[in-house]
Amino acid sequence: MKNLPRILMIIAAFGVLSLFVFPMWRISLYAPQYPDGVTMYIYINHIGGTSPGTLQNVNILNHYVGMKMIEPDSIPELVYFPYVVGALSFLALIAAAINRSKWFLFWGILFFVLAAFGLYDFYLWEYDYGSNLSPTAPIKIPGASFQPPLIGRKVILNFVADSFPHTGGILAGISGVLAFVAWWLKRQSKSHA
Amino acid sequence: MKFDLLIFKKTVQALMFGGFMLLFACQPPSTGTGSAGVLAGDAASAVYVAPGEHDEFYSFMSGGFSGQVTVYGLPSGRLFKTIPVFSVDGEKGYGFNEETKPLLNTSYGFVPWDDAHHPELSQTNGNTDGRWLFINGNNTPRIARIDLSVFETVEIIEIPNSGGNHSSPFTTENTEYVVAGTRFGVPYPQKDVAINSYAENFKGMLTFIKVAENGEMDIAFQVLLPAFDYDLAHSGKGKSHGWTFFTSYNSEEKNTLLEVSASQNDKDFIAAVNWKKAEEYIAQGKFKEVPANYAHNVYDEHTHTATSTMKKTVKVLIPSECPGLVYFLPTPKSPHGVDVDPTGEYIVGNGKLSADLTVHSFSKMLTAIENEAFEKEIEGVPVLKFEDVVGGVVKEPGLGPLHTEFDNKGNAYTTFFISSEVVKWKVGTWEVLDRVPCYYSVGHLMIPGGDSKNPQGKYLVALNKITKDRYLPTGPEVCHSAQLYDISGDKMKLLLDFPTMGEPHYAQGISADRIAPKSRKIYPIEENRHPYRTMGEKESKVVREGNIVHVYMTSIRSHFSPDNIEGIKVGDKVYFHLTNLEQDYDVPHGLSVMGANNAELLVMPGQTETLLWEPQRVGVYPFYCTDFCSALHQEMQGYIRVSPAGATVPLKWSLGEEEAEI
Repeated sequence: MKNLPRILMIIAAFGVLSLFVFPMWRISLYAPQYPDGVTMYIYINHIGGTSPGTLQNVNILNHYVGMKMIEPDSIPELVYFPYVVGALSFLALIAAAINRSKWFLFWGILFFVLAAFGLYDFYLWEYDYGSNLSPTAPIKIPGASFQPPLIGRKVILNFVADSFPHTGGILAGISGVLAFVAWWLKRQSKSHA
Repeated sequence: MKFDLLIFKKTVQALMFGGFMLLFACQPPSTGTGSAGVLAGDAASAVYVAPGEHDEFYSFMSGGFSGQVTVYGLPSGRLFKTIPVFSVDGEKGYGFNEETKPLLNTSYGFVPWDDAHHPELSQTNGNTDGRWLFINGNNTPRIARIDLSVFETVEIIEIPNSGGNHSSPFTTENTEYVVAGTRFGVPYPQKDVAINSYAENFKGMLTFIKVAENGEMDIAFQVLLPAFDYDLAHSGKGKSHGWTFFTSYNSEEKNTLLEVSASQNDKDFIAAVNWKKAEEYIAQGKFKEVPANYAHNVYDEHTHTATSTMKKTVKVLIPSECPGLVYFLPTPKSPHGVDVDPTGEYIVGNGKLSADLTVHSFSKMLTAIENEAFEKEIEGVPVLKFEDVVGGVVKEPGLGPLHTEFDNKGNAYTTFFISSEVVKWKVGTWEVLDRVPCYYSVGHLMIPGGDSKNPQGKYLVALNKITKDRYLPTGPEVCHSAQLYDISGDKMKLLLDFPTMGEPHYAQGISADRIAPKSRKIYPIEENRHPYRTMGEKESKVVREGNIVHVYMTSIRSHFSPDNIEGIKVGDKVYFHLTNLEQDYDVPHGLSVMGANNAELLVMPGQTETLLWEPQRVGVYPFYCTDFCSALHQEMQGYIRVSPAGATVPLKWSLGEEEAEI
């Protein structure tokens, strides 16, 4: 299996591209009067939900405590993220073509640096929505924060909020790991040669 | 003296004994109506549906003189919804808002009430399919269709040449048709004649209404018959598919004191109509196209608006010109229900004044027709001989048999009005197996799927006309009731007794899984095609056209847009077109305006409805949301300012601080 590292890099390229198809992340809100939960799916280019009305429903819930409306049109990341992801996938293919362990390592590091930036950015948005509240909010609760968890589960007033990576995010994460595997395999084969 | 004392003592003893006997005799006989004594086993747990859990069956009950349909869960007997059908309903604005008014249009204009009798579920291959529920309006002859994905009335068709649409709607095996048979003979065509010219001038019409794939009804043809009173109907199934059976009384053709004059003949008739034959005659053009005038009203789920169209002709088939179309089956005496068993072979004629219960055999009927063994002919309709068609008789089962349904084990269950009981008997052997009392005076009964090919026989619901002492009294008018029996074993067991709305004449039951998964949660806003829809708050506006003002209004938790309106004048007609922008389940918004002469609006997510408000006096009037929608529901309110007729106050509307003006 001399070509295995290259194949892994090609798989990684497609794994990253899956972000165009599957949601990167999901945030679910649960309360007794929402027996099915309210789930938002965060894609690299839009925000979806279990129904076409989900985002509107979340915004209606949020407005009681003065949170800003989530308006996908006003989130620039949803515009440029697709280019970043496309470029990353393209770089993985170039790395596979060059077939040098160094390139695999470089791509793997690049991936995780970008992923870390992405998560930090996500955190900033969550912080902004959760703490930057309107002074005219109908319901004010001193000291309360409505920031959803970056990853994991948190109780926010009467809701339980879940935040976890979804199919696209998981596949992309695996792609990053594959690059390191490719790098390691390539090095192994070189040292044996 | 001693002697006298003895006599005195004996006399006292005798008097005391006599008095005791007298006292004893004044006690009514024990009739065993105490519910606790009747219940066997753990009835409470059999009907207990724990909080948050769902019932196994839907039950649709006619509201009788309430004109509506009620939806109950079984076995719990919990009421879920009243579906307004033939009567206006302020709770939902039905018949009050501009969109649903056309549903109640007839050739007599707007008729805001009717007497709703027999709900009937649509069927596919003889099984209830959960698409639609049909129900007849008896007084101003009509049939309505309820869409069971939204539980709303979506269509009403008027039946011409009829008076009292009682033997209706009773679908065929694949919902090819629903039917309507006139309970009252009426002059045909309607004309000014002496009432006692009944036998000469009056006719009885049976109507077949075609049901299209999308559910829409259209009168296919009518069959002109003698002016008997056509009472109930059922269509054949399996081997008898293609036939519909109608009971009749008043074969005496009398027009006064019917309780006596229409109860004289030993036998009245079941009219057996071969509707497949009728289709052939229609295809051959053997019908008369006669002038008529009847309303066909259809509600469009995209415009959220009903339209009413007047239809001007109807096709009539005359039996003397169409041999093989109709036969009369003699049936004792004034039969009420006519019920076809799940195999399609047996046709039960519930002769309500008869001591026995007559069951006709479909295959014997076919043989008799083939042999042309006719007793006589009435107005071109051959009358078959009773002994040639009778398949069996249940001997002396009770008093006043009204209606029969079936289980999935070859048993039949018949209600007896006079003896107030349900009697279980075996189809084929005609032996009585069991009987249970009803409290009191049972009319119809219902077994889920009990008039289909595959009854889901587990429960039986008896619909009682009289309750008297069964519940806490509520003045002179007390409720009718339903009683639930477990019929899974050999013996019927009374489980539950619950009040009903209006007078349930009949009911239909269906397992919940045939309806619940298809139940809609919202109307998608992007599919809204209402001509006065408002697709977002920014599009809300107020437009004046002379003295007519259109308010394009939206609702979303928890405000209306606009919520301040000025420039309205006394004498204006203000139309509030409210679009509910919500797209979440169970978030309707209501709208009521002070002094409105109609009702509220109750607008479902994604829907638009219109309230007409005609301001009468100068002032500022509040309006508000009537359906508790959110934590800020109480704040969901607004004002409309009314100026004098000639005022020059400019038209203005606003929400929050922004203000628009023209």
